[in-house]
Amino acid sequence: MTAVEDRAGLPSDEPAAPEIGKARRRKEDARLITGKTTWTDNMVLPGMLHLAVVRSPVAHARITHVDVSAVREAPGVIAVYTGQDFAEEQGSLPCAWPVTPDMVNPGHPSIAVDQVNHVGEAVAVIVARTKAAAQDAVELADVDYEPLPVVLDMERAVAEGADLVHDHLESNTSYHFVFDAGEMGTGSDTDQAFADADVVVSRRFVQQRLIPAFMEPRSVVVQPQGDNYTMWSATQIPHILRVMAAMVTGIPEHKLRVVAPDVGGGFGGKLQVNPEEILCLLIARRLGKPVKWTETRSESLMTAHHGRDQIQFVDVAADREGNVKGLRVRLLADMGAYLRLITPGVPALGAFMYPGIYKFPAYRFECDGVFTNKVPTDAYRGAGRPEATFAIERIMDELAVELGMDPLELRRRNWIDAAEFPFTTVAGLAYDSGDYETATQQALELLGYDELRAEQQRRRESNDPVQLGIGFSTFTEMCGLAPSRVLGSLSFGAGGWEHAAIRMLPTGKVEVVTGSTPHGQGHETAWSQLVADSLGVPFEDVEVLHGDTAISSRGLDTYGSRSLVVGGSAVVKAADKVIAKARKIAAHLLEASEDDLDFAGGKFSVRGTPGTGLGIQEIALAIFAAHDYPEGIEPSIDAEATFDPENFSFPHGTHLCAMEVDTETGFVKIRKYACVDDVGTIVNPLIVEGQVHGGLAQGIAQALYEEAVYDDDGNLTTGTFVDYLVPAASDLPHFDTGNTVHAAPGNPIGAKGVGEAGCIASTPAVVNAALDAVRHLGVTDIRMPLTPERVWRALHDGGDGGERATARTNAQAADSTEGPSMTGGAL
Amino acid sequence: MIPAPFSYARPTTVEEALQAIAEGGEDVKVLAGGQSLIPVMRLRLAAPETVVDLGRVDGLRGVRDDGDAIVIGAMTTHSDVLSDPLIAEHAPLIAEATGTVADRQVRHRGTFGGALVHADPAGDLPAVALALDAEFVIVGPGGRRTVPAAEFFVDYLTTAVEEGELLVEVRVPKLAGSWGMRYEKFNRVAQAWSIVAVAAVVRRENGRIAEARVGLTNMGPTPLRARQVEEALAGAEATAEAVAAAAERAAEGTEPSSDLNAQADYRQHLATVLTRRAVTAAAGL
Amino acid sequence: MTPITVRVDGAAYTDDVEPRTLLVHYLREQVGKVGTVVGCDTSNCGACTVHLDGEAVKSCTVLAVQADGCEVTTIEGVGQDGLHPVQKAFHEMHGLQCGYCTPGMIMASIDLLQDNPDPSDDEVREGIEGNLCRCTGYQNIVRAVRSAAAEMRGGGDGNGHVSPAVVDTAAAPHVAVQA
Repeated sequence: MTAVEDRAGLPSDEPAAPEIGKARRRKEDARLITGKTTWTDNMVLPGMLHLAVVRSPVAHARITHVDVSAVREAPGVIAVYTGQDFAEEQGSLPCAWPVTPDMVNPGHPSIAVDQVNHVGEAVAVIVARTKAAAQDAVELADVDYEPLPVVLDMERAVAEGADLVHDHLESNTSYHFVFDAGEMGTGSDTDQAFADADVVVSRRFVQQRLIPAFMEPRSVVVQPQGDNYTMWSATQIPHILRVMAAMVTGIPEHKLRVVAPDVGGGFGGKLQVNPEEILCLLIARRLGKPVKWTETRSESLMTAHHGRDQIQFVDVAADREGNVKGLRVRLLADMGAYLRLITPGVPALGAFMYPGIYKFPAYRFECDGVFTNKVPTDAYRGAGRPEATFAIERIMDELAVELGMDPLELRRRNWIDAAEFPFTTVAGLAYDSGDYETATQQALELLGYDELRAEQQRRRESNDPVQLGIGFSTFTEMCGLAPSRVLGSLSFGAGGWEHAAIRMLPTGKVEVVTGSTPHGQGHETAWSQLVADSLGVPFEDVEVLHGDTAISSRGLDTYGSRSLVVGGSAVVKAADKVIAKARKIAAHLLEASEDDLDFAGGKFSVRGTPGTGLGIQEIALAIFAAHDYPEGIEPSIDAEATFDPENFSFPHGTHLCAMEVDTETGFVKIRKYACVDDVGTIVNPLIVEGQVHGGLAQGIAQALYEEAVYDDDGNLTTGTFVDYLVPAASDLPHFDTGNTVHAAPGNPIGAKGVGEAGCIASTPAVVNAALDAVRHLGVTDIRMPLTPERVWRALHDGGDGGERATARTNAQAADSTEGPSMTGGAL
Repeated sequence: MIPAPFSYARPTTVEEALQAIAEGGEDVKVLAGGQSLIPVMRLRLAAPETVVDLGRVDGLRGVRDDGDAIVIGAMTTHSDVLSDPLIAEHAPLIAEATGTVADRQVRHRGTFGGALVHADPAGDLPAVALALDAEFVIVGPGGRRTVPAAEFFVDYLTTAVEEGELLVEVRVPKLAGSWGMRYEKFNRVAQAWSIVAVAAVVRRENGRIAEARVGLTNMGPTPLRARQVEEALAGAEATAEAVAAAAERAAEGTEPSSDLNAQADYRQHLATVLTRRAVTAAAGL
Repeated sequence: MTPITVRVDGAAYTDDVEPRTLLVHYLREQVGKVGTVVGCDTSNCGACTVHLDGEAVKSCTVLAVQADGCEVTTIEGVGQDGLHPVQKAFHEMHGLQCGYCTPGMIMASIDLLQDNPDPSDDEVREGIEGNLCRCTGYQNIVRAVRSAAAEMRGGGDGNGHVSPAVVDTAAAPHVAVQA
């Protein structure tokens, strides 16, 4: 029988199928597939001026002289500003996460005044009538630099007598953060655990520097209107940006409106208060004219914050039977030259995830935040958790090798069983729900594990030049950032709640205002599904408003897989309040007791009286007219809610990668990728699947392709998409994805968060797979990204494939004005 | 970024083009497809005084049969090369290599002649032209001259085309007899330039390799012929072992650069592996 | 300044441009076609892809003067009588997230299907290698292009055509019972 025939037999007033769980096509798409979009750079305002930033070509120097007189004379130039012009009023860009009480923060000027600390730091800003005129004038700025020693290598930076990034500080260490489960009472003594262990495995892993590389370059427009300012910015965080920009510039918060229009991706990279955002405000205030700054891609790669860049020293202790006994992690985390919004917090956030899904009795984590003469690091998809997951999933494989155990068997022996949830880990987190075994079983089936293992064996036996390996990553992550009190205990500068409001319009249409600010995640669609189910109104009758502080007054924006879990929950809570308010009106109009009313399918009906009833959309009109409503209440059924979660949520999953390694060239190719994720309740399976795919692409890219490389002078040599290798369609495999569903108990939706899962889980699966392919040839580690050269060197010389050649885009290029290979050999 | 200002000339004949180049001042750039030049100008790594756009010069586009050779106009786009029946019949190696150049959009604009004159050591077509013993027809104020491929690629990004001159067409000899061809390209991602690539053309006769020509991409500042490999293959038995032994000599005498993608010794290793694979495929083994 | 005449999405425009003006900047700033966007400065990302005389090009790597006398089609012009099948398929198959790469991706896909009306997954992946997407991991884009191809070939031939109902299941093939 078909679905249609099924339905034919049902009564006509059968409620519509629930929206939650439906693969709704996205509301957002209509404008995006037709080009009818409002990217910030599309904005044109009367009298608008364009900015170009003069940037430091050197990584570390004192500015001895700045002469911009030629700039001022250039055609079309209206004004030019140097650091001196803003020295008094620019303050410092905010760092919202002082992870330790004695953390050293050197302060971060938006424009350098007397010293530059990384290549690309702003030293002057040109304001001109056109973008071209502003860019033309850049080369006329004459800045003299007195070079200072360049600090790039973290291990050297923390050594005795190292050159200093900030010479007024005592060292290059910003902070020393420790989490010791023994001291915290969440575990036993770590040193003792290691002393008692049969086996200890120690490894050093390098989390290379990455670039978020959102597709839409950053762009800012500021319009001054009297003493009011409106800023449009390609940001993930209009709400946070408004508060922070008000504090930095002294513009009163209520005089500043921030709008994030259509935003083309972020991945943490637009979770920032950017120097250029502050400079646009300062200049618009000076000139009283609207200004725009839009970065070029090379500017973006060079100056937008980077991610990862940690050296991890990981020790695991176990007994001979493969029971883990202790985990010790020591990190060096590259802050770059300054502390931006949550620069220091990224590795600290990861601290809680190193134990992964395993029942470690003892755990100690420590991290040094280290200054170098590079662009600051900050959030990038996963932010701390990919690093933790990589370390634990890699070292579990190393431990399995040491013990001669199957890597899956070792995991099984140590992971939390389904019956043990909720489970409080050695890091003090209460994992909410899950079933690692079931997810793993499904993933093994999806991959075709047994057949691939058999093929691996055949290839080994025949000494095939192309070897095959299978890598595991059985991961969990903390999402739904975050319980405000927990953030407080971690010294984070804000809460983790989210806000929503629901406005019932006279015609019955519904406006949902959310503090979660999307930039590709499909909030407009998913929130509509939530509200359609809660209020029983048609999906099409719901409009979701966001991203404008004048419309959405309260919000904490989108990052850390928090939107649905926290922001979606706020929407559901607000809907509950709308229903509660409407119930009073309905009771009044139906002349019934509130207690006798049922609410279903958008309609209040009197219990036991079929055929009666009043729709919530009708009530919206009635209360708009307000001719007849109960005494003592306000004539409105609008409501708002702020949801503060009591716990994180913990998505988990099993990711499996089958990898072919060409042992002659070192080329690696993913043969098959399968994963089963448990992200709790699925509101929209299309969106969930899309988030997993996108995360996988970025996690795989860390494993195989991407690395921000600096040369010895501190120049970013991967400064364009020619050298910073964002994978294209033909570089990535098909993904076989699946889900198990264990609802999160901590929020009314049951959602756990999905935005970062694929990115967090995939990287170690890929590296473990490559190693599994060639471990029998003596390879024990390969440094990320697994370039063919590194794989080949690891095969031939041992070691992890090593650092890259001292990076120069092309040795001969320096002599040529024409430049090196740009786009594939076509003039 | 926006390119720095320049004067623009759009000639419609070769004569007009030569005149525009002559009158263009100190720094003249010839714009063919622009797929390398325009990005370089956007990054302001090049800021020519004058750009001479060949886009409207009729007669520089297309492929024609010229007896024992085919003649490819310098302004023939990569996508036209890919769909050209003469190239498919007489020089399929060019089509195979062109298919690996950048992406569809770039191939719609980028030109055969432009890529050769740009002479990027990582470009795919120079080594192919070298392996096919192509001839380059250059015109200039002094008239018309023909330069063999072996003398065309002079240095890094430098060819025999002198200032004031233009490459107008490339003659590719038709290969008589039983030839096989293969372009073996090695790069990290789809869009990336070759780390190393090998163009192989092999003629088989009676179970032996009668003649082989091997061009190397990105093994030095110019494309190279792997002469030692060619000599070792000439007359060798057409067996995997003989090919492998010859391919071991692919990197002899090369001085490839070390850069972000590969150090020199790795490039040399790749050259031997890729040469073996290219020759094996070209020989039909 | 150089005078140029260009037909964009069916309408003729005559303007003076600086020779250095890139086609994409001309389209965005002088013609107002802001649906076409700029994503990089090295011709890698393909976000600016438009059709120039019927062929996909990266409009950031073409000078506006080179388009003089030519016909340009942007994302705003492909579906002038409603949505183009490729636009529909991107929506239907969730082939976009933030949407920034989408105009270029759609224009590149239409171009591919002109040459290859029935591409395999691998042929789609190679055919759009000049376009970068940071959100989707490409899988749903591949799905969308193949689905549009089937639609454009006449649909329902069982060869690559994917009906929305099938996609619903395909989107979440392993959703277990909610626990």
